[in-house]
Amino acid sequence: MAEGKKKSRIIPKKYPMPEQDPNERVKNFNEVPLGQDAETITLEAKRCLQCKESPTRKLCKDGCPVEIDIPGFIKQVQEGNFSEAMRIIRLKQNLPAVCGRVCPYENQCEGNCIVGKKNDPVGIGRIERFLADWERNEQKKGKIEAPPSTGKKVAVVGGGPAGLTVAGDLAKLGHKATVFEALQYSGGVLVYGIPEFRLPKEIVKAEVDFIRRSGVDIKNDHVVGKLETVDELLEEHDAVFIGTGAGLPNWTNLEGENLNGILSANEFLTRVNLMKAFNFPDYDTPIRVGKRVVTLGGGNVAMDCARTALRLGAEESIILYRRSDAELPARREEIHHAKEEGVRFELLAAPVKYIGDDCGNVKQIEAIRMELGEPDDSGRRRPIRIEGSNFVLDCQTVLIAIGQSPNPLVPMATPDLKTTKWGTIAVDADGRTSKKGVFAGGDISTGAATVILAMGDGKRAAKAIHKYLTEDPSWPDAETFEKASC
Amino acid sequence: MCANMYEIVKAEKLTPDVTRLEIAAPHIAKKAMAGQFVMLTVDEHGERIPLTMADFSAEKGTITIVALEIGKTTKKLGTLKAGDSLFSLVGPLGMPTELKNYGTVVCVGGGIGLALMYPVVRSLKKAGNRMISIIGAKNKDLLIYEDEIEKVSDELYVCTDDGSKGHHGFVSDVLKRLVDEKRKIDEVYAVGPIIMMKVIANLTRPYNIHTVVSLNPIMVDGTGMCGSCRVIVDGKTKIGCVDGPEFDGHKVDFENLTARNRRYLAEEEISLRSFMGAK
Ligand SMILES: Cc1cc2nc3c(=O)[nH]c(=O)nc-3n(C[C@H](O)[C@H](O)[C@H](O)COP(=O)(O)OP(=O)(O)OC[C@H]3O[C@@H](n4cnc5c(N)ncnc54)[C@H](O)[C@@H]3O)c2cc1C
Ligand code: FES
Repeated sequence: MAEGKKKSRIIPKKYPMPEQDPNERVKNFNEVPLGQDAETITLEAKRCLQCKESPTRKLCKDGCPVEIDIPGFIKQVQEGNFSEAMRIIRLKQNLPAVCGRVCPYENQCEGNCIVGKKNDPVGIGRIERFLADWERNEQKKGKIEAPPSTGKKVAVVGGGPAGLTVAGDLAKLGHKATVFEALQYSGGVLVYGIPEFRLPKEIVKAEVDFIRRSGVDIKNDHVVGKLETVDELLEEHDAVFIGTGAGLPNWTNLEGENLNGILSANEFLTRVNLMKAFNFPDYDTPIRVGKRVVTLGGGNVAMDCARTALRLGAEESIILYRRSDAELPARREEIHHAKEEGVRFELLAAPVKYIGDDCGNVKQIEAIRMELGEPDDSGRRRPIRIEGSNFVLDCQTVLIAIGQSPNPLVPMATPDLKTTKWGTIAVDADGRTSKKGVFAGGDISTGAATVILAMGDGKRAAKAIHKYLTEDPSWPDAETFEKASC
Repeated sequence: MCANMYEIVKAEKLTPDVTRLEIAAPHIAKKAMAGQFVMLTVDEHGERIPLTMADFSAEKGTITIVALEIGKTTKKLGTLKAGDSLFSLVGPLGMPTELKNYGTVVCVGGGIGLALMYPVVRSLKKAGNRMISIIGAKNKDLLIYEDEIEKVSDELYVCTDDGSKGHHGFVSDVLKRLVDEKRKIDEVYAVGPIIMMKVIANLTRPYNIHTVVSLNPIMVDGTGMCGSCRVIVDGKTKIGCVDGPEFDGHKVDFENLTARNRRYLAEEEISLRSFMGAK
């Protein structure tokens, strides 16, 4: 049996992904992984055992928040049918080139891979990435065939992964979706947050274009709540989806935080990514980093800040994180890349205050050493201060990357929309909110999470909106949301 | 990616360094209120800058902005003509001026602040207030919006630094005189250079006259996403673009605002020089 033969000859490692040399790449904003060719990807796909579904064990597919038929598309790649593989992905996935780059596959599909039990898992992420890039290069422009119109109109607030997914899915079902996006470019965090060297903006643009071509209208520069309110949108649309994300930076609230040189990760990344400050003065938006940059936090956002700072010319880029290496919430790949590039990790340390010079610029940050105590609610060991262990680091820039909260603009302008104590919009399993006809999903209802979870929310909401528009306009009573909000 | 185009319907110079643009933006004009601002980007390489609206008309479907040409972006604005378009225009942003009937309101404006002051005076007048306007500039040629403000004011005082028109001196001198004369003043509104707003706030503080100032911190998004615009008010951090731009002048930390607004001075200089060089 052919399959049996294959099994005995499993290649233990993923086919290596060529990358820009760390010493070179810290001097530019080009993408770090260089991509693989068709031949390598076909070999990678052939590492897949095509496991049969089984009720007793989890497979790759069960780890995918948008339920892509992973063995299905890999089989097509094994046989060299890239376009059929892509068709299978597109059934579930509206942003494949993005997810093939930024998804935490190690905890999702690849985390369940049977090959990965003893060896490297099959490189599902990089196969998806390859296929999406292949499609983008092959693809003809022009309109994508649309199903007959249902005559129903849906307003989508926010053009991030959640909103774009809802809009794309609704278009496939024949509904007219219009996205209202506050910024001049669509993509949400994909354009303003995640740096060019991890996710080139040309790729986001192409994905957004694809969604446009499938019949979705996108209105940029459109801040809902300041222009139309949700109620006004409901007058002109049959349903509204809110996907406004977690765009509100969290602050440390420590002494000296408003000194010059102390920026939220959002400000820093928006200047660099959305406004292309790395090309100053060719682009007009400035950014300044100085010799030493300290980034507070240990997630993906912190890694992005620390790595961006190096590329902007900082001689030293330090991550200050209050727990230990094992608890760093960033993806391992990002931590690895950061270390390779020379980012220094000052672990088990937390900021105490910021010290400024006479002109109001930050010159030092005072921090304190921590040790790990008992696990807290999140299951991670709680950091405890070691009294008297304060120390000072000289720095010209401090980047605060300790999390984002839900964007309050729309809830503030929509009083009858119930929110939770975390400021997220309260939703049921279908993404329905306390306001009839209004759905929500992505970071605005989950709190800051991931691209693929936002997309998963978007997919569920699109299904629920479709059902609401075509078969069952009933709505849960207010009590459902009382429980969620408090 | 930006499919929107915002056409300039009228462009004119109010002074050699001050440009006024009337821009077609019916959606914004319909919602705009006094005290609110827009974020605009001139072209694809441009930065996003906040400009408080000097006027808006739902009937005409236009908004008007007035810019002092000091940096690269405002210089670029100065080169635009009717028929040209802006790359991006977002608004109306920020909280509108609180329009109450206070009784007598003194509005104090200086320099480019006069353009922003005009819709505020107009709206407060409409809300039933007795309006006293004190307007100032370096010299009489730089006094903008004088006629417009006069039309919606019950009393108008003009000041110039060089004495070429009206009172020879600062707007604060006139306000001080009114206060010393024990004129009934229920509310003061000040918009202009930071130093002017600070002096006005210091002047009214001992008399407990509630004083609103319109601040101009450096912004990036203008929607509360980044905190570039944070200001300290009453010892607490406020987000200028969402909680403001207007704040209680007695509680604003003007030193911090002045320092924060100097953050990118060196880069602004580089930007401007390369732009002027290229021209
Ligand atoms: C720096 C950074 C790095 C990250 N790295 C990763 C990663 O590697 N992998 C991963 O999976 N996830 C990552 N994430 C998280 C991920 O990007 C988010 O979970 C995801 O983007 C959420 O999607 P969303 O659509 O809910 O919200 P967003 O992407 O935040 O999009 C919301 C959109 O709504 C718009 N909006 C807000 N208010 C309004 C309004 N009133 N009117 C109109 N529009 C409005 C915003 O401008 C924005 O475009 C990262 C996040 C950041 C900040
Ligand atoms: S300008 Fe970004 S929060 Fe105000």
